[in-house]
Amino acid sequence: MPIKINKETCVGCGACVSQCPFGALSLVDNCAFVEETKCKFCGKCATVCPCEAITVVKEEMEAKDDLGSYKDIWVFAEQKKGQVAGVSFELLAKARELASQKPNTVWAVVLHDGSNAAICDELIKKGADKVLSVSAPELKDFDDLTYSNVLYRLAKERKPEIILCGATTIGRALMPRVAVMLKTGLTADCTQLHIDPETGLLIQTRPAFGGNIMARIRCQNTRPQMATVRHKVFAEMEPDASRSGEVEAVPFNKEDLSLRSKVLEVVENIGEQVKLTDANIIVSGGRGMKGPENFALLKELAEALGGAVGASRAAVDAGWIPYAHQVGQTGKTVCPKVYIACGISGQIQHLVGMQSSDVIVAINKDPECPMMKIANYAICGDLFEIIPLIIKELKK
Amino acid sequence: MNIIVTIKQVPDAANVRINPETKTLVREGVESMMNPLDAYALEEAVRLKEKLGGKVTVVCMGPPMAEAVLREAISLGADEAVLLSDRAVAGSDTLATSYALSQTIKKIGDYDLILGGKQAIDGDTAQVGPGIAVNLDIPQVTCVRKVRECADGKMVVERMTEEGYDVVEVTLPAVVTVVKEINEPRIASLKGKMAAKRAQIKVMTAADIEADLTRLGLKGSPTNVVEIFSPDARQGGVKIEGAPEEQAKSLVTALKEAQLL
Ligand SMILES: Cc1cc2nc3c(=O)[nH]c(=O)nc-3n(C[C@H](O)[C@H](O)[C@H](O)COP(=O)(O)OP(=O)(O)OC[C@H]3O[C@@H](n4cnc5c(N)ncnc54)[C@H](O)[C@@H]3O)c2cc1C
Ligand SMILES: Cc1cc2nc3c(=O)[nH]c(=O)nc-3n(C[C@H](O)[C@H](O)[C@H](O)COP(=O)(O)OP(=O)(O)OC[C@H]3O[C@@H](n4cnc5c(N)ncnc54)[C@H](O)[C@@H]3O)c2cc1C
Ligand code: SF4
Ligand code: SF4
Repeated sequence: MPIKINKETCVGCGACVSQCPFGALSLVDNCAFVEETKCKFCGKCATVCPCEAITVVKEEMEAKDDLGSYKDIWVFAEQKKGQVAGVSFELLAKARELASQKPNTVWAVVLHDGSNAAICDELIKKGADKVLSVSAPELKDFDDLTYSNVLYRLAKERKPEIILCGATTIGRALMPRVAVMLKTGLTADCTQLHIDPETGLLIQTRPAFGGNIMARIRCQNTRPQMATVRHKVFAEMEPDASRSGEVEAVPFNKEDLSLRSKVLEVVENIGEQVKLTDANIIVSGGRGMKGPENFALLKELAEALGGAVGASRAAVDAGWIPYAHQVGQTGKTVCPKVYIACGISGQIQHLVGMQSSDVIVAINKDPECPMMKIANYAICGDLFEIIPLIIKELKK
Repeated sequence: MNIIVTIKQVPDAANVRINPETKTLVREGVESMMNPLDAYALEEAVRLKEKLGGKVTVVCMGPPMAEAVLREAISLGADEAVLLSDRAVAGSDTLATSYALSQTIKKIGDYDLILGGKQAIDGDTAQVGPGIAVNLDIPQVTCVRKVRECADGKMVVERMTEEGYDVVEVTLPAVVTVVKEINEPRIASLKGKMAAKRAQIKVMTAADIEADLTRLGLKGSPTNVVEIFSPDARQGGVKIEGAPEEQAKSLVTALKEAQLL
């Protein structure tokens, strides 16, 4: 086992036990004991032990010998119907920042059908130094296999040092394939990225265990270093008309086309309103809404604010609103400027989906519930009374 | 139709608590459970089997005690269960996990479909399903909220997207990961519980699955957790007091002043 506790030197002080983020340690007969199946070998316990009784041998993968030959930062520019996803622009801006810490060329890589002629120019104006464009009718809609074949081929040939992609449905289907094909690491759903000044490695921070803990992850022995990143954790650049860059068109290699899956139809049924993940303002309802009919009130408030409607799982499970609106661990992660939680108590599984919102407003009868405690603006009262008044106030 | 369902044992979410002083997970006495989304994958598998015949095999990689979730799966309609348990897999990231699981699946053989949850509630990566698909060189559809058809070596499913859903046709065998909208899992029947008690859980080791040991565990994992810390707890803000009319007015004013509206 990569973790060892020296029974001779351990004095049973218990310092390590309380520090283990995974509850893997306990004191047995006055000596630290590690439950191997829970241990994640993070090494935290070893750093706090006053007696140096714990050694965590960080076994790791053998380093590949061509690491130095990888350079440049790639951002996968996700497009649907020729429109680039907001998160891709956010990542271009972040990639610029990373490139300023460690000089690197920022590439946008776009797979598309060419229907939007301005797409490459837009990517350059918003941060790309260069664009790698693969355009073919077959690339109109995302296909897991075809897209991963294309991206794998490009990465294999050109050896980027870093590949970033939005943690969208597409990103989280595509990147794991490409990472496994390249036999490299991929960090999921990151909320922070930076370059370690000492090693020059990409340090990727992400929530895990339902947002209860944060982990910093790096990938030192293989390349590229890959990450999917949440939307709205970085800000996109204002388009800079003075920026110019090179567009390299790469022909689509027919061998990469897979016919094993096929999109038959694309249905957009949440389109009536603003998309939840893109919304700047979200009005969310929970069990306190009491029934499906009352979501009309939330919709009215959302419309008055130009926002979208979200919900807690309790409201979704009760059948008051479709699952697509659910925010939280088993729903969507959102990060609007303003999140207004109406009749939502704020259980951890809900909070992890919205707690990085800029401003949280809670409207609740119970001043002691977790949502009221974390809210920037907490309004204690009956939502059925208060919401109509807010709508009235907004319409003034 | 032979279906394999991947099932992960995870700490019971409802019981995971944070120690307020050390800000670490308290998992002592925390029971383990089947990853919630895997229960939906299993239910879909059992429904397909009931309609089309065949069998459902559940697979888990984990410590010996993970046998419990496999027994539970049998009580819910699975026919056979395989546990991959070996110290060599400890510390595996998703590259190593998906390699190990795909080797196990190859050993089981003869499958038409592999179902799993979209994501596990502990690691939260959603990367294992696609990883298995690549290792087995079969297609995949993630985030599936409905199986529309399944016949003649093909499946038509609905993939949930940010805007709605895509209707996707995929040839079998394939990996399909599911979201909770797909069905309502059943509760174990008495007969199921009896079967679970009697069931033989087949345990495999790294040697049994003919795995390349350099591709397992920490050695086979390119990602490394270098630091664990607790997220910044959000600090509360102001309470807006007064009569409801005043509360509404103060809120709108405050949001306007902060230029949020
Ligand atoms: C594995 C797992 C995953 C989960 N995933 C999610 C998830 O993705 N998203 C999610 O939301 N939950 C999730 N949950 C469920 C979560 O634990 C909570 O049960 C859920 O969030 C509670 O929803 P709620 O706040 O609407 O309901 P409650 O906790 O019942 O809160 C209702 C609130 O409404 C208030 N209220 C009632 N009437 C009024 C009124 N007239 N005016 C003002 N306030 C009023 C009450 O004071 C109360 O605070 C998950 C749970 C588990 C175990
Ligand atoms: C704090 C922390 C952060 C981590 N971050 C990363 C990361 O960013 N990248 C990375 O590569 N690894 C990461 N890991 C390692 C990762 O959690 C493990 O590899 C884990 O075994 C699988 O990942 P998951 O839980 O995210 O599964 P997911 O990919 O979310 O699981 C999806 C589905 O795959 C199936 N499945 C997954 N694991 C098993 C299993 N053991 N047995 C049977 N079926 C299974 C289930 O059907 C499950 O519903 C992290 C680990 C920790 C402790
Ligand atoms: S190495 Fe990390 S997970 Fe393992 S016992 Fe120490 S603190 Fe806990
Ligand atoms: S911190 Fe060191 S000395 Fe104290 S209980 Fe843990 S291993 Fe033993």
